[in-house]
Amino acid sequence: MTSQQKWIAFITIVRREIQRFLRIWPQTLLPPVITIVLYFVIFGTLIGSRIGEMSGLPYIQFVAPGLIMMSVITNSYSNVVSSFFGSKFQRNIEELLVSPVPSWIILLGYVVGGMSRGLGVGLIVTVLSLYFADFSIHSLPVTIAIVLMTSLMFSLAGLINAIFARNFDDISIIPTFVLTPLIYLGGVFYSIDMLGEFWGGVSQINPILYMVNAFRYGIAGISDINIIWAFTMVTLFCVLLFAVALNLLDKGSRLRS
Amino acid sequence: MQPALAIEQLSKTYEGGFQALKDISLTVQPGDFFALLGPNGAGKSTTIGIICSLVLKTGGKVSIFGHDIDKDFSQAKQLVGVVPQEFNFNQFEKPIDILIHQAGYFGIPRDVAIVRAEKYLRQLGLWDKSHVPSRTLSGGMKRRLMIARALIHEPKLLVLDEPTAGVDIELRRSMWEFLREINASGTTIILTTHYLEEAESLCRNVAIIDHGKIVKNTSIRELLAQLNKELFVLDIRDPLTECPEIEGYPLTLVEPNTLEVEVEKSQSVNHLFEVLSGQGIQVLSMRNKTNRLEELFFTMVEKNLTGESHD
Repeated sequence: MTSQQKWIAFITIVRREIQRFLRIWPQTLLPPVITIVLYFVIFGTLIGSRIGEMSGLPYIQFVAPGLIMMSVITNSYSNVVSSFFGSKFQRNIEELLVSPVPSWIILLGYVVGGMSRGLGVGLIVTVLSLYFADFSIHSLPVTIAIVLMTSLMFSLAGLINAIFARNFDDISIIPTFVLTPLIYLGGVFYSIDMLGEFWGGVSQINPILYMVNAFRYGIAGISDINIIWAFTMVTLFCVLLFAVALNLLDKGSRLRS
Repeated sequence: MQPALAIEQLSKTYEGGFQALKDISLTVQPGDFFALLGPNGAGKSTTIGIICSLVLKTGGKVSIFGHDIDKDFSQAKQLVGVVPQEFNFNQFEKPIDILIHQAGYFGIPRDVAIVRAEKYLRQLGLWDKSHVPSRTLSGGMKRRLMIARALIHEPKLLVLDEPTAGVDIELRRSMWEFLREINASGTTIILTTHYLEEAESLCRNVAIIDHGKIVKNTSIRELLAQLNKELFVLDIRDPLTECPEIEGYPLTLVEPNTLEVEVEKSQSVNHLFEVLSGQGIQVLSMRNKTNRLEELFFTMVEKNLTGESHD
C-alpha cells in the first residue's frame, strides 16, 4: 500500500468509528453526561458543601478535574472495547483482516476512534462542569497533553481487552473489577495525603493517580504528584500498551485461527 | 504468465491437533472458473481462509499472481476478493456504508468508492436497499451484498465459499449469470459449493478435496468423461403392469408410466428404443436422473475413505 492508500484506510476506520458512536448516541454520549451531572450534584454541591476545602481548593473545584478525567477514561476505554469486540463477535473484523491494511493502521484507527469519543465526552462534561464549578485553566499545554495521553492509554487498554475477550462477560470484567476501582482509588475524590504513608505508597502504582493529578495541576495548579514524574509514567504505560496491542494484532492473536 | 493461484505443500494443523490440510498443492490459471469440491470438514474453507489470510497456515506456500502471501502481503491481498460462507458484515451498517468502508480499507478514495458502490449494488439488484440497515435484508440479499463487497476493489481473483447456500433457485440462476459475466470480463473465480450442479454448470476445472488431501484435480469435461454409466428416466405413453425385460439394459418400473434404465457408456440408447418400440412401448420423453458430477464426487470420496490410491 502506498502512503496515500494507508491514509485513506486510516481515515476510513476513524470515520466509521465516529459514525458508530454518533449513531448510537443515547448509549454512548448521553449516559456519561447524566452520570457526571449526578456526581457534580451529589459529591460537588450536596456533600461537597459540607466537606469544605481539599488541598486548598473548594471541594467541587478539587473534584471537577477528576470527574472530567473519569469520563475521558471510561469513554475512551469502552468505545474501543465494545467496537472491536463487536466486530469480532459479528465477524466483520474480517473485512479488515482480508484487506492489505497494516496492523499499525488498524491499531491507530481504533485508538483514534476511542480518543474521539473520550475527548468528545470530556469536552461536554467540561462545559457542564462550568455550571457547577468556577475554575480557570492553570496550564493549557499540561491540560491538553495529559488528557490526550490518558485517552490514548485507555483506548489502547480497551483494544487489548477486546482482542483477548471471548464473550461479552470478558469485556465487562475489566471495567467493573479493575477500571472502576482504579478510578475511585486514583485520587478523583480525595487527596492521597489523606491516606497515610502506606496506602499513599500503594496508590503510586495506580496509573490513574498520575493522570488525575497531572490534569488537576493543568486546571487548578495543584497536584499530589510531581508533574514530570506523572508524564513519564503515563508515557511509559502508553508505549508499553502500544507495543503489546501491536504485537497481538501482528500475530493475529484470537483473530486468525 | 503467473498462475492466479499457486499452492505448494500447504498444510494446516489447528491448535487441538486436527490436521485440516495435508500438504496440498494446487494451481489455478488466470481467467479460470475453478471449483473446489469436498464434503463438510474436507478442508475447503481452511484453504480459502489461508488464501485470504483469515487462517494461519502451518506450512507450505501460497502465491497470488506470483505474489507470496507472506513476503508480499499487501500486493497479494490487493488482488483477492473473498465471499465467505457466513455473513460477516456489521448488521447495523447500511449496505452502501459497508461497501464504501471496504473500499477505504483497500486505499480507494471515497469519491471513487461511492461510484463503485452504486455500480455493484445496482448490478446485484440491491440499490433500492442501499440505505437500510443490512440486518433487514433477506438471506439472498445478504449473500449478494457480500459479493458486491468482495468486488469493490476490483480484484483479479474472486474466491467464493458456497455463495449460493440457502438461496432460492431463481436467485441462484441470476447469481450464476452475474458470476459468468464477471469471469468473462477477466476475473479468475474459485468457488466452493455443495451444489454440484453449480460446479458443472459454471466451472471449467475442478479439484476434489477430502480429509485434507486433493483426491482429484482435473477439468470438469475430463471428470465427466470418467462416468461409466448413467441412469435415465423414461416417461411412457401407456401404463404398464409389468416391467419389460431387455438384455443388457436393467429396467425398473417406478410407476405405471415411468421406467428407469441404467445405460453403460459403451451402450447405444438407440437399441433400447428399438426394443421398447418392438414391444409396443412408446417413450414420450427421457431425462437423466442422477446429477453426473454428484455421482462421480461420491465415488471419489468413497474411494478416498476406503484408502484407494489416486492421481
